[in-house]
Amino acid sequence: MAEEKQPLTRDQMAAILAQNMGYGWIVNLGIGIPTNVSNFLTPDQEIVLHSENGVIGYGRLAGEGEEDPDIVNASATQPVTLNPGAAIVHHADSFAVIRRGMIDVTCLGAYQVAPDGSFANWKTTNEPWNNLGGIGGAMDLASCAKQIYLAMEHTTRDGEPRLLEKCTLPVTAPSGVTLVVTNLAVVAVRDGKFILEQHAPGYTAEEIQAVTGAPLEVSPDFRRVAV
Amino acid sequence: MDEAVADFQDNSSLMIPGFGPGQPTNLLAALWRTKATGLTTISNGVGFESADPDQKGLGDLVMAGRVKKVIAAFTASTRPSRTGTAEALVANGTLEAELVPQGTLAERIRSGGAGIPAFYTPAGVGTETATGKEHRDFNGRTYVMETALFADYAFIRAHKADTAGNLVFRRAARNFNPIMAMAAKNVIVEVEQPIVEAGEIDPDQVHVPGIYVTTLVRIPVGGVLHINRTTGMAIRQTA
Repeated sequence: MAEEKQPLTRDQMAAILAQNMGYGWIVNLGIGIPTNVSNFLTPDQEIVLHSENGVIGYGRLAGEGEEDPDIVNASATQPVTLNPGAAIVHHADSFAVIRRGMIDVTCLGAYQVAPDGSFANWKTTNEPWNNLGGIGGAMDLASCAKQIYLAMEHTTRDGEPRLLEKCTLPVTAPSGVTLVVTNLAVVAVRDGKFILEQHAPGYTAEEIQAVTGAPLEVSPDFRRVAV
Repeated sequence: MDEAVADFQDNSSLMIPGFGPGQPTNLLAALWRTKATGLTTISNGVGFESADPDQKGLGDLVMAGRVKKVIAAFTASTRPSRTGTAEALVANGTLEAELVPQGTLAERIRSGGAGIPAFYTPAGVGTETATGKEHRDFNGRTYVMETALFADYAFIRAHKADTAGNLVFRRAARNFNPIMAMAAKNVIVEVEQPIVEAGEIDPDQVHVPGIYVTTLVRIPVGGVLHINRTTGMAIRQTA
């Protein structure tokens, strides 16, 4: 009997991102679902988290009574804890870390992504360049991190696909995305193709393809997510 | 606080640090109480209006039409459901905006304070932010040229200071503070802790040397020390 359809929660998406981190990586977590990743990393992964505001070596989100008003993650509002060995630098040095190529993976939210590894996450309209948008540190991160992982809803609120042949919104970076975790699927981005690696409980490859705007190559290892 | 900003000139440029913590909340509220107008501001974001008179800041100055231009990494909300402060004003032409990737913004400020007129960065290459700018290849990679920023004023939030103007920041409240303190003509600092005598801060612990600082003022009792991120309520200086 088929399993009941169960789209992934934001925490489950964050947990999948955490599963895809290598030992000892230096990782930057962007605003939104990615900031929750810090709650799902295990000590044996030995991950060092870096935030745009110059915090190197932070840990999970601060619990009640643990908050320090001066220690926040990339959201600028969520209090986090510091791990032993943490260090603080100023904003320009924080981005020096990024441009130097120290970041193994940056996890970002996105509106759209394409098989060439391009993605869009800073502007919600396609109006001509008008200096309005929310870039934050995404362009610096996207152009300098070794890999880009995205966490995003599979479709818009109106059911339109966000995984597309080509981004229709202005791109944040023309390449670099290697993994996309959505509420329905885990998709690797490799050799100009989307490769469907995992599905949310109850979803078939055909059902995921039906809400995707570009061809999905189904991995020989296609399986249910383990969260 | 009011005395510290009393001489603030119209049509000045102003650096405003802060990324959550580290905002010069009390100096901004004091600036709000002046009639200063025609500002050009340099900050990470533009922010929102505040109902609390002690938390009046950039968002309020923008909405009151007292800002001519904002240079920031966030000029619009990233959530389609929440319209940012600057958007409508930019759309109708009463506010000029310059949207800059955050690392480029930080490096433009750092460069301004370091006497470097311009630099090359890979950030933004292949996107709209690099349109019309000089591009150059180094070691097989394409970079875009960005120019330095230097302002008439910087408002700074420090944790500790001594009478020589040496500054120490705390945790992530450091963010843009040290680089902005080096990239402005007039550097006005609000300090959380009592200002100590010169010599009481170990020279090895100084984040910004006092030679950059013009004015120091301790946040008075009742002044805003922190803002509770959940409720938006001010946490005030008690002693």
